Amino acid sequence: MRIPCPCCGLRDRREFTYYGASVFLDRPAPDAGLEAWDEYLHLRDNPAGVTRDLWYHDPCQSWLEVERNTVTHEVLSTRPVVEARA
Amino acid sequence: MADLIATPAVTGLPLAIGRVTLTAFDPGPVTAIAPYPGRDLSAVLRFPAPGEVIEEGARRLIWAGREMAFLTGGPAPDLTGLAAVTDQSDGWVWVTLAGRDATAVLARLCPLDLRASAFPLGTSAKSVLQHLSVLLVRTAEDAFQIAAYRSMAGTLVHDLSAAMQAVAARAAL
Repeated sequence: MRIPCPCCGLRDRREFTYYGASVFLDRPAPDAGLEAWDEYLHLRDNPAGVTRDLWYHDPCQSWLEVERNTVTHEVLSTRPVVEARA
Repeated sequence: MADLIATPAVTGLPLAIGRVTLTAFDPGPVTAIAPYPGRDLSAVLRFPAPGEVIEEGARRLIWAGREMAFLTGGPAPDLTGLAAVTDQSDGWVWVTLAGRDATAVLARLCPLDLRASAFPLGTSAKSVLQHLSVLLVRTAEDAFQIAAYRSMAGTLVHDLSAAMQAVAARAAL
């Protein structure tokens, strides 16, 4: 599996660290209530197909949001988290 | 100020195994330059694009990660208010891997595409060497400068020498 780093180009999976679903970026407001926080912390989808997750490119120190297909292992797109949050 | 005695981070070099040599490399003072978000450094220096190495005489500005460059071979300019500037001279260990099989040795340890078309002469790349995070600079078709954290100097030389032995053993079959 290879992931295109927006900074470094196409790189081997060994250079990356997986974090989890990219919904982790959507942090609820402090007063959003127990249900919202419970969902944010603990509940994740487990799709067979297209998913978005967070990967860290260790060598260049970039957090990436990677859109990929868990069935075909195809990597569809990547973008830096700094842009995704801007 | 006390005149401190510099001690090398690595021992046992130079090594020559098969058609590859591994030698210690002294880049001189190394300064990390990390621009503050949104700041333009162009009035003071040209910041390298990913993979770029800017050479001006003895001075080199090496791209060393996202929004990070290493300045070697000269003092850092005044970047007050523009960038975080830190002395990294004793934080990193540098070696040079060179020789006809240098690429073959590196390919055993590093997942980077080492073909000259993907990693051209005179450019830098951040990658991993086994489990070490390394900065690579290609200085010739078959020569690489490799920088790793100084605390990992022993591991760096051990991994490289093991791969050199393996490549030499295969060539001798």
